[in-house]
Amino acid sequence: MQRERPDLPSNDKRWKLVNATMRRNGYAGHALIEALHAVQDAFGFLDEEAMTFVADSLDLPLSKVYGVATFYHLFMLKPQGRHACVVCTGTACYIKGAGALIEGIEARFGAAPGETTADKALSVLTARCVGACGLAPAVVVDGKVIGKLGPDAFCDRLAQEIAE
Amino acid sequence: MNLDDLEDLAAKYRIELGEADREIRVCVATACHSSGAPGVIHGLNAAAAEPPADGEHSCRIKGVGCMGLCSVGPMVAVAEPGADLRESTLYREVAADDAGEILASARKPGAGPVARLHCPSDQPFFARQRWIVRENSGIVDPDSFKGYVAVGGYAAMVQALTEMTPQEVINEVTTSGLRGRGGGGYPTGLKWSTVSKMPEGQKYVICNADEGDPGAFMDRAVLESDPHRLLEGMAIAAYAVGANKGYIYIRAEYPLAVERLKTAIRKAKRSGFLGNHICETQFNFDVEIRLGAGAFVCGEETALMASIEGGRGHPRPRPPYPAEYGLWGHPTLINNVETYANIAPIISNGGDWFAGIGTEKSKGTKVFALAGNIVNGGLIEVDMGITLRDIIFDIGGGIPGGRAFKAVQTGGPSGGCVPEAHLDIPVDYDSLKTLGTMMGSGGMIVMDETSNMVDVARFFMEFCMDESCGKCVPCRAGTQQMHGLLDRIAKAEATRADLELLEELCDVVQATSLCGLGQTAPNPVLSTLRYFRHEYEEKLG
Repeated sequence: MQRERPDLPSNDKRWKLVNATMRRNGYAGHALIEALHAVQDAFGFLDEEAMTFVADSLDLPLSKVYGVATFYHLFMLKPQGRHACVVCTGTACYIKGAGALIEGIEARFGAAPGETTADKALSVLTARCVGACGLAPAVVVDGKVIGKLGPDAFCDRLAQEIAE
Repeated sequence: MNLDDLEDLAAKYRIELGEADREIRVCVATACHSSGAPGVIHGLNAAAAEPPADGEHSCRIKGVGCMGLCSVGPMVAVAEPGADLRESTLYREVAADDAGEILASARKPGAGPVARLHCPSDQPFFARQRWIVRENSGIVDPDSFKGYVAVGGYAAMVQALTEMTPQEVINEVTTSGLRGRGGGGYPTGLKWSTVSKMPEGQKYVICNADEGDPGAFMDRAVLESDPHRLLEGMAIAAYAVGANKGYIYIRAEYPLAVERLKTAIRKAKRSGFLGNHICETQFNFDVEIRLGAGAFVCGEETALMASIEGGRGHPRPRPPYPAEYGLWGHPTLINNVETYANIAPIISNGGDWFAGIGTEKSKGTKVFALAGNIVNGGLIEVDMGITLRDIIFDIGGGIPGGRAFKAVQTGGPSGGCVPEAHLDIPVDYDSLKTLGTMMGSGGMIVMDETSNMVDVARFFMEFCMDESCGKCVPCRAGTQQMHGLLDRIAKAEATRADLELLEELCDVVQATSLCGLGQTAPNPVLSTLRYFRHEYEEKLG
């Protein structure tokens, strides 16, 4: 017998995207990470409502969904800023001054890794190697890789990206 | 479909893709892509809107995969169709504004290259490489299924399916002497044969594309440059071991690679090269992509499987090995991207051909990612057995800024640092182990005299501490404590007793951790202690 799926939490169209991903994977419990990626892509972070909805849809205990969501670094449980700046802290970038970049960003924008600026314009994150070592030190700003810049030049560029 | 039919198809595609006198290839892999390659393509297309004059060469502009020299991207190659990188005219740091000049030089018969941007293709960086895994890299369009078939792609798969038994395929791989390219170096043929001998029933093939070692981007380049090569290798593996379902577990940090792979799977399915009755044979094989979510430990095979099953990426004790008890309890073959990428040429050219390359115990080539304080940063593919000195000073062009070489770090957070005195050792699985490091997946970070080795050890320990999954105590608590000790040493607040404690902890964590992450976490400390102990001692109070 077909189990009844929960209703979408609201009329927000983004829930349909989430639901579509789960349907495409046959509402299989093992596609949980895919479902969480879909939520994060649509909403930018995972809140309790979203995790409950995913848990009900996939017939999984909420504790499991929460456990998975908190295990993986990529999933965010808090709302993020409008722009995301991910500083690569892999070995090559470390050697080429990723630390100075992080300090420079904090000094200029007032957000350390893991924080969002007060005006919600920018979230600063770090990643363990984005695989762009040829461009070290590399930073991913809103999905775009920016490399080979020192702290000052980079902060200017970042301010420009935010202003756009 | 047999090999002749495939050759007919390839010929048809070659005509369809349009013969031009010359190709202008623009690298569209990550590094070049973000340095402005799309603008260069746009510029070239705009310039090419004006047709060539009489007697000029016709040129086809295409986006291709990684050419290797990532530090001077965007790279552009002008070549006769079918020519490889060495036979091309290469340009470095090309901007959109340069498009007209490059096109004019490519069109004009007998014209020299644009000197301002020229990057000699006979320099050691290119001359000393041998391309097997990266054979098509920088030559085919990664988004084009037809382009791959046109250069002879999928011939190995069709040959395996129509002319060979699964056992013959395994024999060929065993003869080749190929060993796992993810770092461990387990003989691939043996692994395949173990899975194939398991009782018939559901079996899985997994590709580990969770390339988490910082400083390693070889797999990313294969995925972004030649995704069909991976699919072909996986299909051959599935046929050999009797599996019908495959998963590619790939990092979410590689969005471009995920996109290209999705496109490749869709196109291969639509053309009947994946799915049911592949190439009109009885063989079925379906591939699905599973995204990681930023957990380094998921590169460990049992943690990776837990993650594919939708759970937290916790490793479990082995045995039982995945070959016996893998995904959902079924026999499972797990190999790395580069390992699969070696399969098609091994089947096409024979295991003996492959076994003729490299050293006695490490066959074939290895792709390395050169980064850090080095002139030519990027990707290289070299014969096993080449010396580190040749890689760094000949191919890599040495250290920039007139500074002195200090150490090269291989194997990521599981590896170690090799000092100047040992640079003449041949690069293979076993010699690197004797130096206290390992081949690893292929990241090679060169450090000059300005790097402090205690800092480097602390950097890697911080990495392992953050990435420890928390399941077993030695790794969870040990990495934390070792990081604390290293931090105190680095800040010159430690005593001799702290250093002794650190060494003892290294031993304990190595011996008692559950999985590879913890077992190898002390390696960077041990190797820096071995070669640069004085730097630790100098900091003691």
